[in-house]
Amino acid sequence: MTLAYYPGCSMHGTSREYEESLLAVAAALGLDFAEIDDWSCCGASSAHAADHLLGVALPARNLALAEAQGADRVLAPCAACYNRLSGAAHAVAEEPGLAARVRDVLERPFANTVKVLSIVELLRGLAPAIEERVAARLEPDPLAHLSVATYWGCLLVRPPLATGFDDAEQPTGMDEVVAACGARPVRWNMAVECCGGAFSIARTSSVLRLSRAIIDDARRCGADAIVAACPLCHANLDFRQSAMSMKGAPPMPVLYITQLVGLALGLPLDLLGFDRHFVDTQPLLARLADDARRAAAGAAEREAARAAKAAARAQAGAAAATAAGGGGERTAPAGAVP
Amino acid sequence: MSRIGVFVCHCGENIARTVDCAAVADALREHPGVVRAEDYKYMCSDPGQQLVKKAIEEDGLTGVVVCACSPHMHETTFRRAAAQAGLNPFVVEMANIREHCSWIHDDRERATAKAIDIGRTIVEKVKQDRPLETIRIPVTKRALVIGGGIAGIQAALDIADGGHEVVLVEKEASIGGHMSQLSETFPTLDCSQCILTPRMVEAYQHPRITLHTWSEIEKVDGYIGNFTVTIRKKARSVDENLCNGCGDCQAACPSRKVASEFDAGLGKRTAISTPFPQAVPNIPVLDRANCTLFKGRAKGLAKDACGKCKEACLKGAIDYDTEDTFVTEEVGAIVVATGFQLYDIGREQPAGLKGYGEYGYGEVPDVIDGLQFERLASASGPTGGEILRPSDGAVPRTVVFVKCVGSRDPEKGMSYCSKICCMYTAKHTMLYKHKVHDGRAVVFYMDIRAAGKGYDEFSRRAIEEDGAEYVRGRVSRIFRDGDVVKVWGYDTLSGRQVVIDADMVVLATAVRPQPGIAELAQKLSVSYDQDGFLNEAHPKLRPVETNTAGVYLAGACQAPRDIPESVAMASATAAKVLGLFSADELERDPSVALVNERTCSGCFHCERVCPYGAVEHRDVCDMEGHVCGHVAWVNPGVCQGCGTCVAVCPSKSVELAGFTDSQVYAEINALAGW
Repeated sequence: MTLAYYPGCSMHGTSREYEESLLAVAAALGLDFAEIDDWSCCGASSAHAADHLLGVALPARNLALAEAQGADRVLAPCAACYNRLSGAAHAVAEEPGLAARVRDVLERPFANTVKVLSIVELLRGLAPAIEERVAARLEPDPLAHLSVATYWGCLLVRPPLATGFDDAEQPTGMDEVVAACGARPVRWNMAVECCGGAFSIARTSSVLRLSRAIIDDARRCGADAIVAACPLCHANLDFRQSAMSMKGAPPMPVLYITQLVGLALGLPLDLLGFDRHFVDTQPLLARLADDARRAAAGAAEREAARAAKAAARAQAGAAAATAAGGGGERTAPAGAVP
Repeated sequence: MSRIGVFVCHCGENIARTVDCAAVADALREHPGVVRAEDYKYMCSDPGQQLVKKAIEEDGLTGVVVCACSPHMHETTFRRAAAQAGLNPFVVEMANIREHCSWIHDDRERATAKAIDIGRTIVEKVKQDRPLETIRIPVTKRALVIGGGIAGIQAALDIADGGHEVVLVEKEASIGGHMSQLSETFPTLDCSQCILTPRMVEAYQHPRITLHTWSEIEKVDGYIGNFTVTIRKKARSVDENLCNGCGDCQAACPSRKVASEFDAGLGKRTAISTPFPQAVPNIPVLDRANCTLFKGRAKGLAKDACGKCKEACLKGAIDYDTEDTFVTEEVGAIVVATGFQLYDIGREQPAGLKGYGEYGYGEVPDVIDGLQFERLASASGPTGGEILRPSDGAVPRTVVFVKCVGSRDPEKGMSYCSKICCMYTAKHTMLYKHKVHDGRAVVFYMDIRAAGKGYDEFSRRAIEEDGAEYVRGRVSRIFRDGDVVKVWGYDTLSGRQVVIDADMVVLATAVRPQPGIAELAQKLSVSYDQDGFLNEAHPKLRPVETNTAGVYLAGACQAPRDIPESVAMASATAAKVLGLFSADELERDPSVALVNERTCSGCFHCERVCPYGAVEHRDVCDMEGHVCGHVAWVNPGVCQGCGTCVAVCPSKSVELAGFTDSQVYAEINALAGW
């Protein structure tokens, strides 16, 4: 089981905090992967709109490289890359004659044996390990009072036949990861609605309208933050938020799912790239730290109270036992409670 | 010595196109034991049958082989013709050279050779055919009807009016079914209860109908004409003979906040209650799951926590210690009329179903289903017939109706059309507009399917006279935004997105079979389709029969059905039942399994594999009459002649009449050319 890593353009460019947090989390969870050597563009939203064969051949080239590298799975953290890579694998598997044409274009062997993994699929598989690590932490879980809206966008679970690792309308995988982190996933309405995607430049007003609906609903459903797994979604929700009229509502931090996992694992904040967001994450992080401090203090207080109570009970029990000659089992604790 | 006649049919061009029928006849004429072979254009026609009859009389035939179509088509035709000519019908067999040969081949020479081979195998089999006698079995002239909705009531009334006794079993406290929950009915807008309750009362008072409510089918044994049915009468805690239906117990009951099933969860009922005022019988049921006394007992309280209903009952009809009882009924025919349920499309779904969580049903109080709207519009409903939305009791100014929720959606829901939704949604818009004149009714639809007498006119009236706005397209998401319910949809005619701020949304959810239908089907040995609907014997020609003789289907247990269709099906089952009851004895095909008692070792493998439960134990006695062992015995009334027991018998002690091992070997030998 060898895992290859396909960063695509965004992981090295616009969403460096996504890659930084991914690498930190991978190191913490002992996950080993190698970047595909000489990877190229997946074609993104342009290639498949221009030409079907081009739209398949561009991602297929990267799959062929991963294959040559001896990988049987490839991780594509960017939702658009994931969509193109898994879409190409599906098309080559399903369309008769396409595999031969693609090999022809690529001028290299391509057996289409590599499974394309999204970040959610990978982390969902690791959820038990994450949960175990969170439970093993000495200090109380910093995310215990955090409510997040898990935002999938359109590319991770659609089209269902090409992606297929979760339900297209009500996916649950991200919620499972969030729950493993100790945070609370809220039930909301916009998890798979469109943020406007690549129209961020061409039709900014549409993106503002669509993304605002998403942020509004997250707030209405009680989320403290949105968790995303797509650089484009993140850009629209985070970078464009200042341009949206929010009627005085506080800004909504937008985190990558890897950043949330990093927080849960207790990784140093400077490894997780929280300073790279447009919506300031500091108030949220401060609140979480505050919660954690209070929870720790509360726990210590409760522990002390419990110890005092136990001591009092032991004392009263001993007194009653001597008074009743050992027959006061029922009355002794009742008398000791007040 | 066999004297066999072979008759080769051209079936017009169906066989003759690829098979040289004259050559087949010529070849078979030379086969040992064949005294006559002829070909003819349509052997099933009257002159064709005359040919067979004439040959039987002239040549004294001992067996007949008709090389033509499948025995499913015309075996009966030729057996009847042979019987008229004085030949035992069970020495007449079909050699299928159409479905098994001409229709599936195109090489004429090879197809002809194959047809000759098929003919030879059947000639060899017929040589060993023995005359068989039709089995006669007695008929118990009483019928069981399962389900007391409109279909069950109609079937029971028709059979009872035909002069036979009926046992009507209903699992709820009252008969009436879904029809009793409806406000008005399409396409006439007449009050549902007004037309239903007279039939309910008629069924209850009918001298030949025995009614078991709050009862379910526990076990079904036997076969056509001779079923033994065990009915579980669930503990009612109320004596049906003492109760006079005064309602004092309901008035006294302190548990008043139980969600009413009859009001589809929109209203409240007491723990002891009748489902609705016109309930038949008007005898309450104590719902133990919600009763203070029984909840206390479940917790292990030493003293009963309540007892108000018993105190209030002047008849002394209430008994907290009743248990389920069992009643056994002997019947000759069974009508299944168990009806439907609506697809509960909420987020939580059992395995195999996906639901429609994006529609907010079960989470947003103002998103309701069609049955809930019926209760809102009904004078006997929780709002007294005023259309008020559940969340705050306000009159909704904009109501969105969504059709095909879970229907016609093979990806996420059911692939079939639920059939009744187009009509009831049109009705809902009318009922709403008649009560809220300035209200806005918007319908999202895929197609308007209004095939039926007066149906299309009715749905046009909703649009043209009552002003319902029909938007052709699907809804992608429904969610609550403050005071309104947001509906996101798409208008495929104008190619635009539609966003509606609705006050209430009504979902026309898919019609599904009742829960527990699979278990009932297994008890009855009736098959069901991938959606759980019971299968009819033939989709066109035997629509109310099942593959189990003596079991019939009425109403929505077979497929989504509206009221007129359910009633028509119910009357059709009654006609079938009355036909069955018209004779004292039933005739059955004698192709059944026979056990050789001398070689049977009594291992009863046959009993374990028999899908019809036809194998019974027989005692074997010694000379002094003492029981010294057991052997298998096949009940000819139950056996369907499938042959499974023959295949598993280790000592080869079972044979199927008309399909003996030696006959099968003879067929194989004929093919091998020995």
